[in-house]
Amino acid sequence: MQRRELLKLMAAVPLAGAAGQLMAAPGAEGAKLLVVFLRGAYDCCNLLVPTASDFYYASRPNIAIARPGMPGGALPLDGNWGLHPALAQSVMPMFQQKQAAFIAFAGTDDLTRSHFETQDSIELGQALDKRRDYRSGFLNRLAGVLGAGPVAGVSPIAFTEQLPLSLRGGARAANMALAGNARAGIDARQSQVIAAMYRNTPLAGPVAEGFELRDEVARAVQAEMDAASRNAMTAKGFELVARRMALLMRERFDLGFVDVGGWDTHVGQGGAIGYLANRFEELGRGVAGFAQEMGDDAWRQTVVVVISEFGRTFRENGNRGTDHGHGTVYWVLGGGLSAQAGGRIVGEQQDVAQATLFQNRDYPVLNEYRAVFGGLFRRMYGLSPAQLARVFDGVTPKDLQLV
Amino acid sequence: MRRVSLALGACALALLAACTSAPGDRRAVVSVSLPSAPLDDASRLRWLDRVSWGVNASSEAQLAQRGLPLWMRDQLNPRPAPLPPAAQAQVDAMAISRTSLDQLVTELDAQRKAADALPDEDQKKAARQAYQQRLNELVREAQQRFVLRALYSPNQLQEQMTWFWMNHFNVNLRKDNIRAMVGDYEENAIRPHALGRFRDLLGATLHHPAMLRYLDNAQNAANRINENYARELMELHTLGVGGGYSQTDVQELARVLTGVGVSYQPLDAAPPNVRPALRDDYVRRGLFEFNPNRHDYGPKTLLGQPIESRGLAEAGEALDRLARAPATARFISRKLAVYFVSDDPPQALVERMAAAFTRSDGDIAVTLKAMFEAPEFAASLGRKFRDPVHYVIAGVRLAYGDRVVSNVNPMIGWINRMGEQLYGHETPDGYPLNEAAWASAGQMNTRFEIARAIGANGAVLFRADDKAPLEKPAFPPLADSHAVRTMQAGLSADTREALAQANNPQEWNTFLLASPELMRR
Repeated sequence: MQRRELLKLMAAVPLAGAAGQLMAAPGAEGAKLLVVFLRGAYDCCNLLVPTASDFYYASRPNIAIARPGMPGGALPLDGNWGLHPALAQSVMPMFQQKQAAFIAFAGTDDLTRSHFETQDSIELGQALDKRRDYRSGFLNRLAGVLGAGPVAGVSPIAFTEQLPLSLRGGARAANMALAGNARAGIDARQSQVIAAMYRNTPLAGPVAEGFELRDEVARAVQAEMDAASRNAMTAKGFELVARRMALLMRERFDLGFVDVGGWDTHVGQGGAIGYLANRFEELGRGVAGFAQEMGDDAWRQTVVVVISEFGRTFRENGNRGTDHGHGTVYWVLGGGLSAQAGGRIVGEQQDVAQATLFQNRDYPVLNEYRAVFGGLFRRMYGLSPAQLARVFDGVTPKDLQLV
Repeated sequence: MRRVSLALGACALALLAACTSAPGDRRAVVSVSLPSAPLDDASRLRWLDRVSWGVNASSEAQLAQRGLPLWMRDQLNPRPAPLPPAAQAQVDAMAISRTSLDQLVTELDAQRKAADALPDEDQKKAARQAYQQRLNELVREAQQRFVLRALYSPNQLQEQMTWFWMNHFNVNLRKDNIRAMVGDYEENAIRPHALGRFRDLLGATLHHPAMLRYLDNAQNAANRINENYARELMELHTLGVGGGYSQTDVQELARVLTGVGVSYQPLDAAPPNVRPALRDDYVRRGLFEFNPNRHDYGPKTLLGQPIESRGLAEAGEALDRLARAPATARFISRKLAVYFVSDDPPQALVERMAAAFTRSDGDIAVTLKAMFEAPEFAASLGRKFRDPVHYVIAGVRLAYGDRVVSNVNPMIGWINRMGEQLYGHETPDGYPLNEAAWASAGQMNTRFEIARAIGANGAVLFRADDKAPLEKPAFPPLADSHAVRTMQAGLSADTREALAQANNPQEWNTFLLASPELMRR
């Protein structure tokens, strides 16, 4: 409740002109960040379609998304790019309202093209030439920095069964998978008795937090079901999870993480319809549902970044799928994106042609993820160079003026 | 079909026996120097909780009767032993027990192709679904068999080590047709070597189609190199990150492994057309195939030494080198110590284990003996956090002892709910073994729900199907068990106070299983 009042108050304060500048205020207490990790390296070339590139259409005879205006064609974003048609009802309206942006040619310099190697290295966010510290994820370091400075009492949460690498580390972080509908069997009195058993043990914190989270999820879900005007809980799959995430992030958590699997499409990925299209449709419904459930006030303070470990090969393979590639496309969504970013394709770009492919195989990485996140964090939270260095050591932040 | 399976079973037994008694590979029984004075009841429970999948009455009786040194010797030198009849009957009825791997996989491959060839879209969809369902049933059987063995095998240490190595040499059921292969992988590549020689284990995983499919080596061919398996072989299976190999070594090992793959051709099919000079190099063993046409015959150097062999023997030479590297001795020893002793095991202990590993040429039982004899091991008892599989199996062993579960599916569901699905880890690194991975807020909350499921409603394990009525009472007689009575004196004041607040036996069980003491082994 208190936070809600604060948000309203902040929204009312006239800050440096454009609404998009709100989050740029140093020490932005209400700022919220959700990172969505698409595990399996989704095919960015069929998400953000290079509609101006003849080479794209020559390289993908069976799985290309047709040009805008054609049957099943891409939704036009600008002269060079189009969006997969499965996102017509979800992300496209957000893009038109300047609440969505895409960073093309994004990713990591990690070249192993191994899913788990690259997922780990991205979640850790450490320099590639140094020994990995698996106890220090970049979102956890961010939480540590924020807690000591801009956002007093920052509350991170992963909406996953296990705490992901990105949130492991010194700062306390909760986790709670939201997919199931399992009813709590342990009642309030039993919970108290169990918590008391742990009060003098090192697990006292997680145990108490687990019960607290369970109750909050239950209350949030109940409140939604009671609000008869909306039927949010008929949502399924990722959309259900995403709407529940919003219920929790709106009031209680500042820093969220969730992952979505099923993107490793070596075989039969489809085009305007088919396997990958269905995944996009579900993901799109999820992020749009998340935005809706956050409500306008909180959504203006929120940035959602959708990432993946790498992209896929530019050319389709012999199985009408794509193999492990390199550069990918990140999505940035939020009610308060800046005028420079909202409704645009941002970051460094280049032509999509055979000559510009990386290793004659896939997209190059022109927008390295740590530099991009570093730039975003600086604007969202007003972090000092020293604070940023604690999150991403030795990285020069890249300011894409996202917010 | 019955006859075939009997013959196969006999082979498996013969192989197992060969590990300990074949004249060619005479392996001395590994005995353990431990105090022979009888253990008090509480210490006995602590040893059982660590060495076995958890205390139950028959293991307790065995340990009491044999004494610690002899019982440990039994565990380190397992002899083939059947499960209790009611459990063995469940295993025997499984398709994975009755059908050989190559028969299963070739049948399924034919079924898949037939489904794909159907002209009618609806029929095709239905046929593909039937194929997927068969795969799902096979992996479910493998999970059930694993759980039954963990619950009731007298060779408890072997079963723990089987899980450990399945996780170390992880494969994932969501890839390809690995669901059809994972049961055989566990049964014939992992379990027979779980306490044997590391080199044999490593070789068995390299020759198994589940591994070759999972890490894509079946696609690795000369001039079309796939480095996936080569990298994991060094990084995850042997040397460990920082174990002294370079990117060039990864590439060279990938070249060594070219042509090592899988064939779905009938076993009696003619070999592929290989030019005469290389024809003798062709190898086919079950689904395993070494195809000279796909192998890179150029000279190779691995870890600073040339590879002298030719063809498939190159892989053997490479494995010898990897298995004997000092980095491997340390990496494996440390991981064993993390699994059995502590998230951050004492360096001195790891060094002693690594020395034993090296001295014995990678004998796993000898390495474990060094660990079990160490004072650090005894001092660590009761402190290691249970991962979900340990938590569920120990809970059911404690709750129901030797009474054989007739439906293990609820247990498989509980393990899944806590995120440690058997054969379900996506990536080749396997599930984490440390407390931080399994003691988060969401995990603990789920764990208490599982405690309630076992403690208040454990009868779900004893009905024929999910709809059948539950027996009464529907909860286990935990408070009556000898082990629980013994354990009670060691419980903390907070735990005892909680138990005193229980309103009924179901709640008492739930609180006990949810207690901090039961989270650790």
